Amino acid sequence: MLRFAISRLVSLGLSLIVASLVIFAVIEGVPGDPAAFMLGLNADPAAVAALREELGLGGSLPARYLDWIGGMLRGDFGISYTYRVPVADLVAARLWVSLPLAAYALALSTAIAFPVGLIAAARRGTAVDAGIMGATQLGIAVPNFWFAMLLVLVFAIQLRLFSAGGFPGWDEGIWINVKALTLPAVALALPQASILARVMRSSVLETLGQDYIRTARAKGLTRRQAVFRHALRNAMIPVLTIIGLQFSFLLAGAIIIENVFFLPGLGRLIFQGITQRDLVVVESVVMLLVFAVITVNFLVDLAYAAVDPRLRRRR
Amino acid sequence: MRWPPALLLGGALTAVFAVAALVSFVWTPHGVEGLNIAEKLRTPGATYWLGTDHFGRDILSMLMVGARTSIAVAIVAVGMGVTLGVPLGLLAAARRGGLVDEVVMRGNDLIFAFPALVIAILITAVFGPSALNAILAIGIFNTPVFARVTRGAALSLWTLDYILAARVAGKGGFRISVEHILPNIANLLIVQATIQFSLGILAEAGLSYVGLGAQPPTPSWGRMLAESQTMISFAPHLAIFPGLAIVLTVLGLNLMGDGLRDLLDPRLRRAR
Repeated sequence: MLRFAISRLVSLGLSLIVASLVIFAVIEGVPGDPAAFMLGLNADPAAVAALREELGLGGSLPARYLDWIGGMLRGDFGISYTYRVPVADLVAARLWVSLPLAAYALALSTAIAFPVGLIAAARRGTAVDAGIMGATQLGIAVPNFWFAMLLVLVFAIQLRLFSAGGFPGWDEGIWINVKALTLPAVALALPQASILARVMRSSVLETLGQDYIRTARAKGLTRRQAVFRHALRNAMIPVLTIIGLQFSFLLAGAIIIENVFFLPGLGRLIFQGITQRDLVVVESVVMLLVFAVITVNFLVDLAYAAVDPRLRRRR
Repeated sequence: MRWPPALLLGGALTAVFAVAALVSFVWTPHGVEGLNIAEKLRTPGATYWLGTDHFGRDILSMLMVGARTSIAVAIVAVGMGVTLGVPLGLLAAARRGGLVDEVVMRGNDLIFAFPALVIAILITAVFGPSALNAILAIGIFNTPVFARVTRGAALSLWTLDYILAARVAGKGGFRISVEHILPNIANLLIVQATIQFSLGILAEAGLSYVGLGAQPPTPSWGRMLAESQTMISFAPHLAIFPGLAIVLTVLGLNLMGDGLRDLLDPRLRRAR
Protein backbone atom coordinates (compact mmCIF):
# COMPACT_ATOMS: atom_id res chain seq x y z
CA MET A 1 0.00 0.00 0.00
CA LEU A 2 2.81 2.42 0.91
CA ARG A 3 4.60 1.64 -2.36
CA PHE A 4 1.40 2.28 -4.29
CA ALA A 5 0.80 5.54 -2.43
CA ILE A 6 4.33 6.77 -3.13
CA SER A 7 4.16 5.93 -6.83
CA ARG A 8 0.81 7.73 -7.09
CA LEU A 9 2.25 10.69 -5.18
CA VAL A 10 5.15 10.99 -7.63
CA SER A 11 2.68 10.83 -10.50
CA LEU A 12 0.55 13.51 -8.78
CA GLY A 13 3.55 15.81 -8.50
CA LEU A 14 4.53 15.29 -12.15
CA SER A 15 0.96 15.93 -13.33
CA LEU A 16 0.82 19.18 -11.37
CA ILE A 17 4.15 20.36 -12.78
CA VAL A 18 3.20 19.56 -16.38
CA ALA A 19 -0.27 21.11 -15.94
CA SER A 20 1.24 24.30 -14.53
CA LEU A 21 3.71 24.45 -17.46
CA VAL A 22 0.83 24.10 -19.93
CA ILE A 23 -1.18 26.86 -18.26
CA PHE A 24 1.87 29.12 -18.01
CA ALA A 25 2.78 28.49 -21.65
CA VAL A 26 -0.74 29.25 -22.87
CA ILE A 27 -1.16 32.45 -20.85
CA GLU A 28 2.31 33.94 -20.94
CA GLY A 29 4.02 32.17 -23.80
CA VAL A 30 1.65 33.51 -26.46
CA PRO A 31 3.19 35.95 -28.90
CA GLY A 32 2.93 39.56 -27.79
CA ASP A 33 3.15 41.40 -24.55
CA PRO A 34 0.64 40.36 -21.86
CA ALA A 35 0.69 43.88 -20.44
CA ALA A 36 -0.18 45.40 -23.82
CA PHE A 37 -2.83 42.69 -24.27
CA MET A 38 -4.42 43.45 -20.92
CA LEU A 39 -4.56 47.18 -21.54
CA GLY A 40 -5.91 46.90 -25.08
CA LEU A 41 -4.76 48.27 -28.42
CA ASN A 42 -4.92 51.98 -27.66
CA ALA A 43 -3.01 51.87 -24.39
CA ASP A 44 -0.55 54.53 -23.38
CA PRO A 45 3.01 53.08 -23.72
CA ALA A 46 3.93 54.46 -20.30
CA ALA A 47 0.98 52.63 -18.72
CA VAL A 48 2.03 49.42 -20.47
CA ALA A 49 5.58 49.78 -19.19
CA ALA A 50 4.28 50.41 -15.66
CA LEU A 51 2.05 47.34 -15.82
CA ARG A 52 4.93 45.23 -17.15
CA GLU A 53 6.90 46.25 -14.10
CA GLU A 54 3.97 45.54 -11.78
CA LEU A 55 3.34 42.09 -13.27
CA GLY A 56 7.00 41.17 -12.95
CA LEU A 57 7.38 40.60 -16.68
CA GLY A 58 10.96 41.80 -16.64
CA GLY A 59 12.78 38.50 -16.14
CA SER A 60 13.29 35.54 -18.44
CA LEU A 61 10.49 32.99 -19.03
CA PRO A 62 11.91 30.30 -16.68
CA ALA A 63 12.48 32.90 -13.97
CA ARG A 64 8.90 34.15 -14.32
CA TYR A 65 7.55 30.58 -14.20
CA LEU A 66 9.48 29.80 -11.03
CA ASP A 67 8.34 33.10 -9.59
CA TRP A 68 4.70 32.28 -10.31
CA ILE A 69 4.87 28.72 -8.97
CA GLY A 70 6.91 29.74 -5.94
CA GLY A 71 4.35 32.44 -5.21
CA MET A 72 1.43 30.03 -5.51
CA LEU A 73 3.10 27.57 -3.16
CA ARG A 74 3.43 30.35 -0.58
CA GLY A 75 -0.19 31.42 -1.14
CA ASP A 76 0.81 34.51 -3.12
CA PHE A 77 -1.19 34.38 -6.37
CA GLY A 78 -0.13 37.82 -7.59
CA ILE A 79 -2.03 41.10 -7.69
CA SER A 80 -5.23 41.42 -9.69
CA TYR A 81 -4.85 44.12 -12.30
CA THR A 82 -8.48 45.27 -12.20
CA TYR A 83 -9.24 44.87 -8.49
CA ARG A 84 -5.81 46.02 -7.27
CA VAL A 85 -5.91 43.49 -4.47
CA PRO A 86 -4.07 40.17 -4.04
CA VAL A 87 -5.67 37.41 -6.14
CA ALA A 88 -5.39 35.09 -3.13
CA ASP A 89 -7.81 37.30 -1.18
CA LEU A 90 -10.28 37.35 -4.08
CA VAL A 91 -10.09 33.57 -4.43
CA ALA A 92 -10.48 32.98 -0.70
CA ALA A 93 -13.64 35.09 -0.59
CA ARG A 94 -15.13 33.39 -3.65
CA LEU A 95 -14.30 29.90 -2.43
CA TRP A 96 -16.76 30.40 0.41
CA VAL A 97 -19.52 30.48 -2.18
CA SER A 98 -18.30 27.91 -4.72
CA LEU A 99 -17.23 25.19 -2.29
CA PRO A 100 -20.45 25.16 -0.23
CA LEU A 101 -22.43 25.15 -3.50
CA ALA A 102 -20.50 22.14 -4.84
CA ALA A 103 -20.76 20.31 -1.52
CA TYR A 104 -24.50 21.03 -1.28
CA ALA A 105 -25.05 19.73 -4.83
CA LEU A 106 -22.94 16.63 -4.18
CA ALA A 107 -24.88 15.86 -1.01
CA LEU A 108 -28.21 16.32 -2.79
CA SER A 109 -27.29 14.19 -5.79
CA THR A 110 -25.95 11.38 -3.58
CA ALA A 111 -29.01 11.50 -1.34
CA ILE A 112 -31.27 11.17 -4.38
CA ALA A 113 -29.23 8.76 -6.48
CA PHE A 114 -28.51 6.04 -3.90
CA PRO A 115 -32.10 5.13 -2.97
CA VAL A 116 -33.40 5.69 -6.52
CA GLY A 117 -30.72 3.48 -8.08
CA LEU A 118 -31.23 0.83 -5.44
CA ILE A 119 -35.01 0.78 -5.95
CA ALA A 120 -34.59 0.52 -9.72
CA ALA A 121 -32.21 -2.42 -9.29
CA ALA A 122 -34.46 -4.16 -6.77
CA ARG A 123 -37.51 -3.73 -9.03
CA ARG A 124 -35.61 -4.58 -12.20
CA GLY A 125 -37.84 -5.01 -15.25
CA THR A 126 -40.95 -3.54 -13.61
CA ALA A 127 -42.78 -0.31 -14.42
CA VAL A 128 -41.01 1.37 -11.47
CA ASP A 129 -37.63 0.52 -13.01
CA ALA A 130 -38.71 1.70 -16.46
CA GLY A 131 -40.06 4.96 -14.99
CA ILE A 132 -36.83 5.65 -13.09
CA MET A 133 -34.65 4.83 -16.09
CA GLY A 134 -36.76 7.11 -18.30
CA ALA A 135 -36.54 9.95 -15.78
CA THR A 136 -32.75 9.61 -15.47
CA GLN A 137 -32.42 9.52 -19.27
CA LEU A 138 -34.23 12.86 -19.31
CA GLY A 139 -32.17 14.19 -16.39
CA ILE A 140 -28.94 13.55 -18.31
CA ALA A 141 -30.24 15.39 -21.38
CA VAL A 142 -31.32 18.56 -19.54
CA PRO A 143 -28.60 21.27 -19.49
CA ASN A 144 -28.24 22.28 -15.84
CA PHE A 145 -28.28 26.02 -16.61
CA TRP A 146 -31.61 25.67 -18.44
CA PHE A 147 -33.04 23.65 -15.56
CA ALA A 148 -31.82 26.45 -13.30
CA MET A 149 -33.73 29.02 -15.38
CA LEU A 150 -36.90 26.91 -15.16
CA LEU A 151 -36.45 26.66 -11.38
CA VAL A 152 -36.17 30.44 -11.21
CA LEU A 153 -39.29 30.80 -13.35
CA VAL A 154 -41.35 28.49 -11.14
CA PHE A 155 -39.98 28.93 -7.61
CA ALA A 156 -38.77 32.53 -7.70
CA ILE A 157 -41.03 34.31 -10.17
CA GLN A 158 -44.32 32.37 -9.96
CA LEU A 159 -44.34 30.99 -6.40
CA ARG A 160 -41.99 33.57 -4.85
CA LEU A 161 -40.51 30.96 -2.52
CA PHE A 162 -36.88 31.73 -3.31
CA SER A 163 -34.99 34.74 -4.57
CA ALA A 164 -34.00 34.63 -8.25
CA GLY A 165 -30.31 35.11 -7.48
CA GLY A 166 -27.67 36.81 -5.43
CA PHE A 167 -25.90 35.79 -2.26
CA PRO A 168 -26.31 37.69 1.04
CA GLY A 169 -22.95 36.63 2.50
CA TRP A 170 -22.22 34.36 5.46
CA ASP A 171 -22.29 37.27 7.96
CA GLU A 172 -26.04 37.49 7.39
CA GLY A 173 -26.69 34.12 8.98
CA ILE A 174 -26.58 30.54 7.80
CA TRP A 175 -30.17 29.84 6.77
CA ILE A 176 -30.63 32.78 4.46
CA ASN A 177 -27.48 31.69 2.57
CA VAL A 178 -28.44 28.02 2.48
CA LYS A 179 -31.74 29.17 1.02
CA ALA A 180 -29.93 31.28 -1.58
CA LEU A 181 -27.84 28.26 -2.58
CA THR A 182 -30.77 25.84 -2.71
CA LEU A 183 -32.01 26.45 -6.28
CA PRO A 184 -28.45 26.50 -7.70
CA ALA A 185 -27.60 23.28 -5.86
CA VAL A 186 -30.77 21.53 -7.07
CA ALA A 187 -30.01 22.58 -10.66
CA LEU A 188 -26.44 21.35 -10.34
CA ALA A 189 -27.47 18.09 -8.67
CA LEU A 190 -30.04 16.94 -11.27
CA PRO A 191 -27.74 15.64 -14.03
CA GLN A 192 -25.26 14.30 -11.46
CA ALA A 193 -28.01 12.42 -9.65
CA SER A 194 -29.28 10.96 -12.94
CA ILE A 195 -25.88 9.61 -13.93
CA LEU A 196 -25.17 8.36 -10.40
CA ALA A 197 -28.54 6.59 -10.12
CA ARG A 198 -27.86 4.72 -13.37
CA VAL A 199 -24.38 3.69 -12.21
CA MET A 200 -25.80 2.63 -8.84
CA ARG A 201 -28.48 0.51 -10.53
CA SER A 202 -26.14 -1.32 -12.90
CA SER A 203 -23.54 -1.78 -10.18
CA VAL A 204 -26.05 -3.33 -7.76
CA LEU A 205 -27.40 -5.56 -10.55
CA GLU A 206 -23.85 -6.66 -11.34
CA THR A 207 -23.13 -7.69 -7.73
CA LEU A 208 -26.52 -9.40 -7.39
CA GLY A 209 -25.42 -11.82 -10.11
CA GLN A 210 -22.30 -12.86 -8.17
CA ASP A 211 -21.82 -16.28 -6.61
CA TYR A 212 -21.45 -14.93 -3.07
CA ILE A 213 -24.97 -13.50 -3.25
CA ARG A 214 -26.26 -16.92 -4.28
CA THR A 215 -24.34 -18.38 -1.33
CA ALA A 216 -25.91 -15.81 0.97
CA ARG A 217 -29.38 -16.66 -0.29
CA ALA A 218 -28.61 -20.39 0.00
CA LYS A 219 -27.66 -20.05 3.65
CA GLY A 220 -31.08 -18.54 4.30
CA LEU A 221 -30.81 -14.76 3.97
CA THR A 222 -33.76 -13.00 2.35
CA ARG A 223 -33.13 -11.05 -0.83
CA ARG A 224 -33.28 -7.82 1.15
CA GLN A 225 -30.74 -9.03 3.70
CA ALA A 226 -28.43 -10.21 0.93
CA VAL A 227 -28.62 -6.81 -0.75
CA PHE A 228 -27.94 -4.79 2.38
CA ARG A 229 -25.28 -7.05 3.92
CA HIS A 230 -23.31 -8.11 0.86
CA ALA A 231 -24.30 -6.54 -2.45
CA LEU A 232 -24.35 -2.90 -1.37
CA ARG A 233 -20.78 -2.69 -0.11
CA ASN A 234 -19.35 -4.30 -3.19
CA ALA A 235 -21.51 -2.18 -5.46
CA MET A 236 -20.08 0.97 -3.92
CA ILE A 237 -16.65 0.81 -5.62
CA PRO A 238 -17.77 1.81 -9.14
CA VAL A 239 -20.18 4.33 -7.62
CA LEU A 240 -17.37 6.01 -5.69
CA THR A 241 -15.24 6.07 -8.84
CA ILE A 242 -17.97 7.93 -10.69
CA ILE A 243 -18.42 10.40 -7.84
CA GLY A 244 -14.69 11.15 -8.09
CA LEU A 245 -14.81 11.50 -11.87
CA GLN A 246 -17.84 13.75 -11.60
CA PHE A 247 -15.95 16.21 -9.45
CA SER A 248 -14.55 18.04 -12.48
CA PHE A 249 -18.03 18.21 -14.02
CA LEU A 250 -19.39 19.52 -10.75
CA LEU A 251 -16.74 22.22 -10.70
CA ALA A 252 -17.39 23.24 -14.31
CA GLY A 253 -21.14 23.08 -13.70
CA ALA A 254 -20.83 25.29 -10.63
CA ILE A 255 -18.96 27.89 -12.69
CA ILE A 256 -21.85 28.04 -15.20
CA ILE A 257 -24.63 27.87 -12.59
CA GLU A 258 -23.07 30.77 -10.65
CA ASN A 259 -23.71 32.83 -13.77
CA VAL A 260 -27.43 32.01 -13.77
CA PHE A 261 -27.91 33.05 -10.15
CA PHE A 262 -25.40 35.91 -10.03
CA LEU A 263 -23.51 34.16 -7.23
CA PRO A 264 -20.16 35.78 -6.37
CA GLY A 265 -18.16 32.55 -6.69
CA LEU A 266 -15.04 31.45 -8.56
CA GLY A 267 -17.02 31.22 -11.81
CA ARG A 268 -18.01 34.88 -11.75
CA LEU A 269 -14.43 35.79 -10.84
CA ILE A 270 -12.97 33.92 -13.79
CA PHE A 271 -15.47 35.33 -16.31
CA GLN A 272 -14.88 38.86 -15.06
CA GLY A 273 -11.17 38.09 -15.38
CA ILE A 274 -11.66 37.14 -19.02
CA THR A 275 -13.84 40.11 -20.01
CA GLN A 276 -11.55 42.56 -18.20
CA ARG A 277 -8.44 40.80 -19.56
CA ASP A 278 -7.19 40.24 -16.03
CA LEU A 279 -4.85 37.39 -16.99
CA VAL A 280 -3.29 37.11 -13.53
CA VAL A 281 -6.70 36.15 -12.14
CA VAL A 282 -7.46 33.71 -15.00
CA GLU A 283 -4.07 32.00 -14.74
CA SER A 284 -4.23 31.50 -10.99
CA VAL A 285 -7.87 30.41 -10.82
CA VAL A 286 -7.42 27.93 -13.70
CA MET A 287 -4.36 26.48 -11.95
CA LEU A 288 -6.37 26.18 -8.76
CA LEU A 289 -9.23 24.36 -10.54
CA VAL A 290 -6.84 21.94 -12.25
CA PHE A 291 -5.03 21.39 -8.95
CA ALA A 292 -8.37 20.51 -7.33
CA VAL A 293 -9.30 18.02 -10.07
CA ILE A 294 -5.89 16.28 -10.05
CA THR A 295 -5.83 16.09 -6.26
CA VAL A 296 -9.35 14.69 -6.00
CA ASN A 297 -8.54 12.00 -8.58
CA PHE A 298 -5.41 11.14 -6.61
CA LEU A 299 -7.42 10.82 -3.39
CA VAL A 300 -10.05 8.64 -5.12
CA ASP A 301 -7.28 6.35 -6.46
CA LEU A 302 -5.84 6.08 -2.99
CA ALA A 303 -9.24 5.54 -1.38
CA TYR A 304 -10.14 2.57 -3.46
CA ALA A 305 -6.75 1.02 -3.28
CA ALA A 306 -7.31 1.13 0.48
CA VAL A 307 -10.76 -0.47 0.09
CA ASP A 308 -9.86 -3.02 -2.57
CA PRO A 309 -6.35 -4.50 -2.38
CA ARG A 310 -6.73 -6.02 -5.87
CA LEU A 311 -6.51 -2.55 -7.41
CA ARG A 312 -3.07 -1.84 -5.95
CA ARG A 313 -1.33 -4.19 -8.34
CA ARG A 314 -3.05 -2.91 -11.45
CA ARG A 315 -0.75 -0.05 -12.29
CA MET B 1 -33.07 -8.56 -37.29
CA ARG B 2 -35.20 -6.60 -34.79
CA TRP B 3 -34.36 -2.95 -34.42
CA PRO B 4 -34.21 -1.80 -30.78
CA PRO B 5 -37.05 0.70 -30.08
CA ALA B 6 -34.58 3.11 -28.45
CA LEU B 7 -32.65 3.25 -31.71
CA LEU B 8 -35.77 4.03 -33.74
CA LEU B 9 -37.05 6.71 -31.34
CA GLY B 10 -33.59 8.26 -30.85
CA GLY B 11 -32.85 8.10 -34.56
CA ALA B 12 -36.15 9.81 -35.38
CA LEU B 13 -35.54 12.61 -32.85
CA THR B 14 -32.00 13.15 -34.10
CA ALA B 15 -33.17 13.10 -37.72
CA VAL B 16 -35.72 15.85 -37.02
CA PHE B 17 -32.99 18.22 -35.84
CA ALA B 18 -30.51 17.18 -38.52
CA VAL B 19 -33.12 17.81 -41.21
CA ALA B 20 -34.12 21.14 -39.62
CA ALA B 21 -30.45 22.19 -39.67
CA LEU B 22 -30.04 21.18 -43.32
CA VAL B 23 -33.29 22.82 -44.42
CA SER B 24 -32.21 26.07 -42.71
CA PHE B 25 -29.49 26.45 -45.37
CA VAL B 26 -32.13 26.98 -48.06
CA TRP B 27 -35.30 27.95 -46.19
CA THR B 28 -36.46 29.22 -42.81
CA PRO B 29 -40.03 30.37 -41.99
CA HIS B 30 -38.74 33.92 -41.48
CA GLY B 31 -35.39 35.67 -41.82
CA VAL B 32 -33.02 35.51 -38.83
CA GLU B 33 -31.05 38.67 -39.60
CA GLY B 34 -32.20 42.24 -39.19
CA LEU B 35 -34.55 43.74 -36.66
CA ASN B 36 -38.33 43.87 -36.80
CA ILE B 37 -39.19 45.74 -33.62
CA ALA B 38 -42.90 45.98 -34.51
CA GLU B 39 -43.13 42.20 -34.20
CA LYS B 40 -41.08 41.86 -31.00
CA LEU B 41 -41.90 39.43 -28.18
CA ARG B 42 -44.88 37.84 -29.94
CA THR B 43 -46.19 34.76 -28.16
CA PRO B 44 -46.50 31.54 -30.19
CA GLY B 45 -49.27 31.81 -32.81
CA ALA B 46 -50.23 31.23 -36.44
CA THR B 47 -47.66 33.55 -38.06
CA TYR B 48 -44.80 32.88 -35.67
CA TRP B 49 -45.26 29.28 -34.54
CA LEU B 50 -42.90 29.60 -31.58
CA GLY B 51 -43.16 33.40 -31.16
CA THR B 52 -40.53 36.10 -31.65
CA ASP B 53 -37.69 37.46 -29.51
CA HIS B 54 -36.97 41.02 -28.29
CA PHE B 55 -35.70 42.00 -31.77
CA GLY B 56 -38.75 40.54 -33.50
CA ARG B 57 -36.81 37.57 -34.88
CA ASP B 58 -38.73 34.31 -35.40
CA ILE B 59 -37.79 31.76 -32.70
CA LEU B 60 -38.40 28.72 -34.91
CA SER B 61 -36.11 30.08 -37.63
CA MET B 62 -33.43 30.86 -35.07
CA LEU B 63 -33.71 27.37 -33.61
CA MET B 64 -33.23 25.87 -37.08
CA VAL B 65 -30.11 27.94 -37.75
CA GLY B 66 -28.94 27.31 -34.17
CA ALA B 67 -29.19 23.56 -34.78
CA ARG B 68 -26.64 24.08 -37.54
CA THR B 69 -24.19 25.70 -35.09
CA SER B 70 -24.67 23.01 -32.43
CA ILE B 71 -24.38 20.09 -34.83
CA ALA B 72 -21.40 21.57 -36.69
CA VAL B 73 -19.47 22.24 -33.48
CA ALA B 74 -20.24 18.78 -32.11
CA ILE B 75 -19.36 16.97 -35.35
CA VAL B 76 -16.01 18.70 -35.75
CA ALA B 77 -15.20 18.24 -32.05
CA VAL B 78 -16.01 14.51 -32.15
CA GLY B 79 -14.10 14.20 -35.44
CA MET B 80 -11.09 15.79 -33.77
CA GLY B 81 -11.36 13.41 -30.81
CA VAL B 82 -11.54 10.39 -33.14
CA THR B 83 -8.73 11.50 -35.46
CA LEU B 84 -6.33 12.18 -32.58
CA GLY B 85 -7.56 9.73 -29.96
CA VAL B 86 -8.04 6.51 -31.94
CA PRO B 87 -4.50 6.37 -33.46
CA LEU B 88 -3.02 7.20 -30.03
CA GLY B 89 -5.08 4.43 -28.43
CA LEU B 90 -4.06 1.91 -31.13
CA LEU B 91 -0.41 2.93 -30.75
CA ALA B 92 -0.54 2.60 -26.97
CA ALA B 93 -2.12 -0.86 -27.25
CA ALA B 94 0.42 -2.01 -29.85
CA ARG B 95 3.25 -0.86 -27.57
CA ARG B 96 1.47 -1.99 -24.37
CA GLY B 97 3.59 -1.79 -21.26
CA GLY B 98 6.26 0.20 -23.08
CA LEU B 99 7.40 3.76 -22.82
CA VAL B 100 5.09 4.98 -25.60
CA ASP B 101 2.08 3.45 -23.85
CA GLU B 102 3.07 5.10 -20.59
CA VAL B 103 3.53 8.51 -22.21
CA VAL B 104 0.19 8.32 -24.03
CA MET B 105 -1.69 7.24 -20.92
CA ARG B 106 -0.09 9.88 -18.66
CA GLY B 107 -0.85 12.47 -21.33
CA ASN B 108 -4.46 11.31 -21.22
CA ASP B 109 -4.60 11.66 -17.45
CA LEU B 110 -3.22 15.16 -17.79
CA ILE B 111 -5.87 16.28 -20.30
CA PHE B 112 -8.56 14.71 -18.11
CA ALA B 113 -7.54 17.16 -15.40
CA PHE B 114 -8.66 20.03 -17.65
CA PRO B 115 -12.47 20.09 -17.89
CA ALA B 116 -13.70 21.28 -21.33
CA LEU B 117 -14.90 24.49 -19.70
CA VAL B 118 -11.45 25.22 -18.28
CA ILE B 119 -9.81 24.58 -21.67
CA ALA B 120 -12.32 26.94 -23.24
CA ILE B 121 -11.58 29.55 -20.57
CA LEU B 122 -7.83 29.30 -21.25
CA ILE B 123 -8.22 29.54 -25.03
CA THR B 124 -10.70 32.40 -24.77
CA ALA B 125 -8.49 34.32 -22.34
CA VAL B 126 -5.79 34.35 -25.00
CA PHE B 127 -7.60 34.47 -28.35
CA GLY B 128 -10.97 35.98 -27.43
CA PRO B 129 -14.32 34.17 -27.71
CA SER B 130 -15.47 32.36 -30.89
CA ALA B 131 -17.21 29.18 -32.03
CA LEU B 132 -13.77 27.84 -32.98
CA ASN B 133 -12.73 27.95 -29.31
CA ALA B 134 -15.70 25.81 -28.39
CA ILE B 135 -14.75 23.27 -31.09
CA LEU B 136 -11.11 23.19 -29.93
CA ALA B 137 -12.03 22.89 -26.26
CA ILE B 138 -14.55 20.08 -26.79
CA GLY B 139 -12.25 18.37 -29.31
CA ILE B 140 -9.28 18.40 -26.93
CA PHE B 141 -11.54 17.07 -24.19
CA ASN B 142 -12.72 14.24 -26.49
CA THR B 143 -9.24 13.06 -27.45
CA PRO B 144 -8.34 11.16 -24.26
CA VAL B 145 -11.84 9.67 -24.15
CA PHE B 146 -11.34 7.99 -27.54
CA ALA B 147 -7.72 7.10 -26.76
CA ARG B 148 -8.81 5.28 -23.60
CA VAL B 149 -11.73 3.44 -25.16
CA THR B 150 -9.58 2.40 -28.14
CA ARG B 151 -6.67 1.24 -26.00
CA GLY B 152 -8.89 -0.70 -23.60
CA ALA B 153 -10.72 -2.53 -26.38
CA ALA B 154 -7.56 -3.12 -28.41
CA LEU B 155 -5.67 -4.55 -25.42
CA SER B 156 -8.19 -7.37 -25.01
CA LEU B 157 -7.96 -8.18 -28.74
CA TRP B 158 -4.14 -8.35 -28.69
CA THR B 159 -4.32 -11.47 -26.50
CA LEU B 160 -6.48 -13.40 -28.98
CA ASP B 161 -5.27 -16.24 -31.21
CA TYR B 162 -6.10 -14.66 -34.54
CA ILE B 163 -3.83 -11.73 -33.75
CA LEU B 164 -1.09 -14.21 -32.90
CA ALA B 165 -1.76 -15.88 -36.25
CA ALA B 166 -1.37 -12.52 -38.00
CA ARG B 167 1.95 -11.98 -36.24
CA VAL B 168 3.14 -15.44 -37.24
CA ALA B 169 2.18 -14.50 -40.80
CA GLY B 170 4.70 -11.67 -40.48
CA LYS B 171 2.46 -8.65 -40.02
CA GLY B 172 3.80 -5.80 -37.93
CA GLY B 173 2.08 -3.80 -35.17
CA PHE B 174 0.86 -1.12 -37.55
CA ARG B 175 -0.75 -3.51 -40.07
CA ILE B 176 -2.34 -5.60 -37.35
CA SER B 177 -3.76 -2.45 -35.70
CA VAL B 178 -5.24 -1.17 -38.93
CA GLU B 179 -6.33 -4.44 -40.56
CA HIS B 180 -7.44 -6.53 -37.58
CA ILE B 181 -7.89 -4.41 -34.46
CA LEU B 182 -9.62 -1.34 -35.87
CA PRO B 183 -12.43 -3.17 -37.74
CA ASN B 184 -13.19 -5.18 -34.61
CA ILE B 185 -13.49 -2.19 -32.30
CA ALA B 186 -15.33 0.00 -34.83
CA ASN B 187 -18.73 -0.81 -33.27
CA LEU B 188 -17.56 0.31 -29.88
CA LEU B 189 -16.15 3.52 -31.33
CA ILE B 190 -19.41 4.30 -33.14
CA VAL B 191 -21.37 3.95 -29.89
CA GLN B 192 -18.81 6.12 -28.05
CA ALA B 193 -18.96 8.72 -30.82
CA THR B 194 -22.74 8.97 -30.40
CA ILE B 195 -22.34 9.56 -26.67
CA GLN B 196 -19.59 12.14 -27.19
CA PHE B 197 -21.73 13.82 -29.82
CA SER B 198 -24.54 14.36 -27.33
CA LEU B 199 -22.06 15.57 -24.70
CA GLY B 200 -20.67 17.91 -27.35
CA ILE B 201 -24.11 19.43 -27.98
CA LEU B 202 -24.53 20.00 -24.22
CA ALA B 203 -21.03 21.44 -23.87
CA GLU B 204 -21.50 23.77 -26.85
CA ALA B 205 -24.75 25.06 -25.36
CA GLY B 206 -23.04 25.65 -22.00
CA LEU B 207 -20.06 27.45 -23.55
CA SER B 208 -22.28 29.65 -25.74
CA TYR B 209 -24.46 30.36 -22.72
CA VAL B 210 -21.53 31.81 -20.75
CA GLY B 211 -20.26 33.66 -23.81
CA LEU B 212 -17.28 31.44 -24.66
CA GLY B 213 -18.81 29.92 -27.81
CA ALA B 214 -20.57 31.21 -30.93
CA GLN B 215 -20.69 35.00 -31.06
CA PRO B 216 -23.45 37.32 -32.34
CA PRO B 217 -24.94 37.41 -34.90
CA THR B 218 -24.54 33.59 -35.31
CA PRO B 219 -27.68 32.13 -33.73
CA SER B 220 -26.93 29.42 -31.18
CA TRP B 221 -29.15 27.66 -28.67
CA GLY B 222 -26.93 28.49 -25.70
CA ARG B 223 -26.83 32.19 -26.53
CA MET B 224 -30.58 32.32 -27.13
CA LEU B 225 -30.96 31.02 -23.57
CA ALA B 226 -28.49 33.57 -22.21
CA GLU B 227 -30.35 36.42 -23.93
CA SER B 228 -33.74 35.15 -22.73
CA GLN B 229 -32.69 35.11 -19.10
CA THR B 230 -33.47 38.72 -18.27
CA MET B 231 -36.86 38.45 -19.98
CA ILE B 232 -37.93 35.15 -18.46
CA SER B 233 -40.57 36.74 -16.19
CA PHE B 234 -42.59 38.29 -19.05
CA ALA B 235 -41.53 36.17 -22.06
CA PRO B 236 -40.90 32.63 -20.80
CA HIS B 237 -41.32 31.17 -24.32
CA LEU B 238 -37.92 32.66 -25.21
CA ALA B 239 -36.30 30.41 -22.62
CA ILE B 240 -38.47 27.33 -23.01
CA PHE B 241 -38.09 26.50 -26.72
CA PRO B 242 -34.28 26.64 -27.08
CA GLY B 243 -33.99 24.53 -23.92
CA LEU B 244 -36.43 21.97 -25.29
CA ALA B 245 -34.45 21.83 -28.53
CA ILE B 246 -31.27 20.98 -26.58
CA VAL B 247 -33.02 18.39 -24.41
CA LEU B 248 -34.69 16.62 -27.34
CA THR B 249 -31.50 16.52 -29.43
CA VAL B 250 -29.40 15.18 -26.56
CA LEU B 251 -32.11 12.71 -25.58
CA GLY B 252 -32.37 11.52 -29.19
CA LEU B 253 -28.61 11.00 -29.45
CA ASN B 254 -28.43 9.18 -26.10
CA LEU B 255 -31.30 6.87 -27.01
CA MET B 256 -29.64 6.25 -30.36
CA GLY B 257 -26.38 5.39 -28.59
CA ASP B 258 -28.16 2.93 -26.29
CA GLY B 259 -30.00 1.38 -29.23
CA LEU B 260 -26.82 1.10 -31.30
CA ARG B 261 -25.04 -0.58 -28.41
CA ASP B 262 -27.83 -3.16 -28.12
CA LEU B 263 -27.83 -3.71 -31.85
CA LEU B 264 -24.06 -3.91 -32.35
CA ASP B 265 -23.12 -5.75 -29.17
CA PRO B 266 -25.80 -8.22 -28.06
CA ARG B 267 -23.61 -9.37 -25.17
CA LEU B 268 -24.13 -6.07 -23.38
CA ARG B 269 -27.91 -6.41 -23.41
CA ARG B 270 -27.87 -8.61 -20.34
CA ALA B 271 -25.84 -6.20 -18.26
CA ARG B 272 -28.20 -3.28 -18.63
